[in-house]
Amino acid sequence: MFRRTLSRLSWVDLFLRAFQLVAAVVIIIGLVNTFTTARYTSGQWATLVFSGLAQGSIYALIALGYTLVYGILLMINFAHGEVYMAGAFSTVFLAIHFARTGFLARSPLIAIVILILFSAAISTTIAVLLERIAYRPLRNAPRLIPLITAIGASFALQYTFRGLYGTQFRAYPDIAVLKGTWNILGFDVPLVQLVVFLAALGLMVVLYWYVERTRAGKAMRAVSEDKAVARLMGIDIDKVIVSTFALGGALAGAAGVFNGLYRPQGVFFLMGFFPGIKAFTAAVLGGIGNIPGAMMGGLLLGLIESLGPNSVLEGLGIPATNQLKDAIAFIMLVLILIFRPQGIFGERLAEKKA
Amino acid sequence: MKTIQWRTTLRYGLLGGVAALYFSAIGMVELFAGRNLVGTTINMGHILLYGGVVAAGFLAARSEAHARLPQRLVIGLVAGLVAAVPTIALVLLDSVWDMEAIFVSMNNPLIRLLTLGRGLPGLGMFLAVCGALGLAGGGYNSMPGEHKAAGARALALVLIVAIFSDLVTQVMSNLFGRGSLSLFFAGKALKPAVAIVLFVLMGAVFYFRAVRKARTPLDPEKVKVDKRTRLQRQVVQFVVVGIILLVAPQVLGSFLSQVLFEVGRFVLLGLGLNIVVGYAGLLDLGYVAFFAVGAYTMGLLTTATGLNMGGGVMNFWLALPVAVLISVLFGILLGFPVLSLRGDYLAIVTLGFGEIVRILALSDWLKPIMGGAQGVLFIPTPHIFGVTFDTPQKMYYLVVLGALLAAFVSIRLRDSRLGRQWMAMREDEDVAEAMGINLVQTKLLAFAIGAGFSGLGGAIFAARLGNVFPHSFNLLISLNALSLIIVGGMGSIPGVIVGAVALVGLPELLREFQEYRLLIYGILLIVMMLNRPEGFLPAEVFKRELHAEEGELAGTGD
Amino acid sequence: MANILIARNVTKTFGGLVAVNDFTLDVAENSISSVIGPNGAGKTTFFNCVTGFYKVDEGEILFGGGLIHNLRTDVVTRKGISRTYQNIRLFANMSAIENILVGQHPRLKTFWAAAVWKSKGFVEEEAAAVEEARRLLKFVGLQGLGDQLARNLPYGAQRRLEIARALASQPKLLLLDEPTAGMNPNETGEMTRFIQHLRDELGVTILLIEHDMRVVMGISEQVTVLDYGSKIAEGKPKQIQSNPRVIEAYLGRGAASGLKAVKAGKH
Repeated sequence: MFRRTLSRLSWVDLFLRAFQLVAAVVIIIGLVNTFTTARYTSGQWATLVFSGLAQGSIYALIALGYTLVYGILLMINFAHGEVYMAGAFSTVFLAIHFARTGFLARSPLIAIVILILFSAAISTTIAVLLERIAYRPLRNAPRLIPLITAIGASFALQYTFRGLYGTQFRAYPDIAVLKGTWNILGFDVPLVQLVVFLAALGLMVVLYWYVERTRAGKAMRAVSEDKAVARLMGIDIDKVIVSTFALGGALAGAAGVFNGLYRPQGVFFLMGFFPGIKAFTAAVLGGIGNIPGAMMGGLLLGLIESLGPNSVLEGLGIPATNQLKDAIAFIMLVLILIFRPQGIFGERLAEKKA
Repeated sequence: MKTIQWRTTLRYGLLGGVAALYFSAIGMVELFAGRNLVGTTINMGHILLYGGVVAAGFLAARSEAHARLPQRLVIGLVAGLVAAVPTIALVLLDSVWDMEAIFVSMNNPLIRLLTLGRGLPGLGMFLAVCGALGLAGGGYNSMPGEHKAAGARALALVLIVAIFSDLVTQVMSNLFGRGSLSLFFAGKALKPAVAIVLFVLMGAVFYFRAVRKARTPLDPEKVKVDKRTRLQRQVVQFVVVGIILLVAPQVLGSFLSQVLFEVGRFVLLGLGLNIVVGYAGLLDLGYVAFFAVGAYTMGLLTTATGLNMGGGVMNFWLALPVAVLISVLFGILLGFPVLSLRGDYLAIVTLGFGEIVRILALSDWLKPIMGGAQGVLFIPTPHIFGVTFDTPQKMYYLVVLGALLAAFVSIRLRDSRLGRQWMAMREDEDVAEAMGINLVQTKLLAFAIGAGFSGLGGAIFAARLGNVFPHSFNLLISLNALSLIIVGGMGSIPGVIVGAVALVGLPELLREFQEYRLLIYGILLIVMMLNRPEGFLPAEVFKRELHAEEGELAGTGD
Repeated sequence: MANILIARNVTKTFGGLVAVNDFTLDVAENSISSVIGPNGAGKTTFFNCVTGFYKVDEGEILFGGGLIHNLRTDVVTRKGISRTYQNIRLFANMSAIENILVGQHPRLKTFWAAAVWKSKGFVEEEAAAVEEARRLLKFVGLQGLGDQLARNLPYGAQRRLEIARALASQPKLLLLDEPTAGMNPNETGEMTRFIQHLRDELGVTILLIEHDMRVVMGISEQVTVLDYGSKIAEGKPKQIQSNPRVIEAYLGRGAASGLKAVKAGKH
């Protein structure tokens, strides 16, 4: 009798429901506590929102790389964080050089554009090499094999760049023009955050246009729908896949420079790991394979990460909440994958798996 | 007669050259050059720098199977010369623009090494050396089969002895006294004469063995062994392995015992992860979490500063089963939410779990319990029956015991209904369920048992170190364990042991390796997945050996 | 004869697509019954509903008098239903014997951990299970191939092994999903005889999905025809053969003149 009840009720589902409930209750208690005690002013909240959006737009750019590749190969490019690192780490030297020669101070716009292009070029090269050497031979292998390869590639890239550039932490130079603040709706927003946010948004719009409107973008979507049919239509699959990796790499490279503008410190060979995982979280959040989803997921994750420690954790009476910032992203990832693997905005994955 | 494909030659040459350039630019050549292998003439840096060049000559010559010997030699020479080009370009570039400010490895010692200590004119010599080596590679390719195999094996043997001279000298000095060393070794390097004698001797041995084997074809009657001799052989093997395990720390001394402890720890971790990944096919990247749980449980239960649960401090032997039990509980707890996830999603979520556990252990929030960044200090060394496990040698026995237990349980479960459940689930989850297998139970058992082994390892690790730091539980442990079971062969217990020795033990012996250890892991993982995804000691081979008898019965019985 | 499987008004939809629509079916105990229909008619979906792989949206399924449509797949199997797949789904990297041993899973009772200390019960049960697996292997004509990996077996042998694996749980009802797919006429004939032999020898009820009319008409006692998820005909093979709606479903509208072709057993 007992067994029968068990098999009908599915206690796993029950457990997960309970878990979901507990998570929701804890978050609500935290929020209520924080806001009833009015710990922060609206200005402080606004600061958190803007920094969250700036950080989130960087995540979104990296997340697009995961989503593009997943959309086409159904594979998680675990080494994508390293593609981002490669651009950011290599470009820091050029940026320092520009600062030393005064070019950066004289014509900051041109200098930054050059930095972005340089970083994108480096990251693209790495992404394409990665595809060619490590992933292409495994295209028809069981799914775990490319994933393990990607983990290996991640190590190899980290320590290659450690060997090239050393273990020292580097920093992007200060850019005087970006120092000020702008007043938006009565709140002071650091200019650099605004610039990063808008520039990232601009890139995303360009990408969206490229994928939706251009011939190459259409080929990309066709391959992601059905490789065999796309091949019959005369589309060169290899070329499309390479260009997907290249595109993802370029965006990650640009993100590397934006990150350098926004948070100049901490450029070193392991800098790709956390942004990589978080961007993946963002991609999953928005529904992996879904391009607008990745953008929204990135921004959302940036906001959650920025607001979460102060709004929820402090309300629960947890000390030193900033230490737990990284854990928030992971907890989001776990919750999303468990309860809504298709993401907040997407149904696409569910279709593909069925 | 076909013409020679110079493009292929060029390609191999360039590949070899890029390899040399890569190892130079990331600093491996220069670092490894400090380690002499034979006298002071050959060092490990040379192997990295010129290995690709020789290979280029060899491969280029091999791709022209129809060519005559002189042609092949020329091909080898050209490939070698081409292989020198990237490195020469690098040195020339460095002479006009000093790259060291950015590329930290492009320092003067490296340039001296690449120019053979003669400044820019030395590049000519470098070119000549590369050409000669390419020629040698091409020439080697043209040797008859038996010579080729014997030469390669003898060379490999000499190099292995020289590279792992630490191990060899340690064993020799423990067995024959320190005096015996200076006969063969100068510092860590083999003496040139010794190396040559060893090479010739072993080459001859390998050659004559190969020739004799070729002359006397296998007699199928003789190969068949009856059941009793096989059993006897197994018993003998068991006893020999047992004795080696027992006396190893005494022969190897304190430092190498520490290395063995590390290997043992990762064998334990690998065996646990092998159940989860190898048998059940669940890619768990957060495996370190259970290791941490085991270690923290041990730390908190056995120290005064830990959990003050009225009862006071437990001793090691009581805390050990508790630690394992709690790890198992965590295995089930973390297993629950991921039951419905498959493949790469499972991997990422478990990776998240591992990081969450580490971040929580580090946080101020849980500091009153877990000790925050300081961790847990002053964990007492275990003792029993008047024996205190205070030296690496003694702790080694503990971890070997643990590993043996884990191996035993693994083997027994693998050959049972549960093992078949796991493998069926790995092969096809839906069909496994349609065979009446309860997936929830099967998955949770895999997570729980794997976590138990990991927790056991963690508990012993905590007692060995005497303290627990949150920094010891990073993602690298999980990835290390994963790498070793992949290199060894997923689902294969001997594979786990070989993998642990190769990926944990050997790098410990080579101080020079340490810095590039993860780079080598990474490259190894890629190469393995591309060429040999089943690992070096795949499970099936062993299975077939074990079941060979049944097969014969089944084949003849009906 | 009692009905061992009863499906009442079963409906299963995917999004907007109705895969099985208000489908009712009775399967008599110890019979050989068939479900036929054009590609995409919902036959395999119905199998998946019976085995609990899909949850039915409406209706109920009874097996041996008890409701089974809301049970998990493994529980349904334990109740005595087992199946094969249209595209053979063996455990490719396990040996033939191991495949059958997995199939025996529901019948093995010893505690899983007893394997560690090799309790007497465990050893005896394992030995008996291996013995039984060899017997089944011989029963389907694969003696001597027990240690071959499943993926290394020839196609026909894989089909047989899949049936052996399904039989290993000693089911009361065996669902065969296109057992002769991809076989030549010779092999098909052999498989048809084998299915009949199965029922006669083991007394197991057989429900099969088939495309090959010759197989269906030769051995079925009852035939049910599905088209677009709905039942369009039911009865003895003879009756089905001359049913104009069936011919229409198979050959398209206005093709009732194709009757002869169906009678000749070609499709």
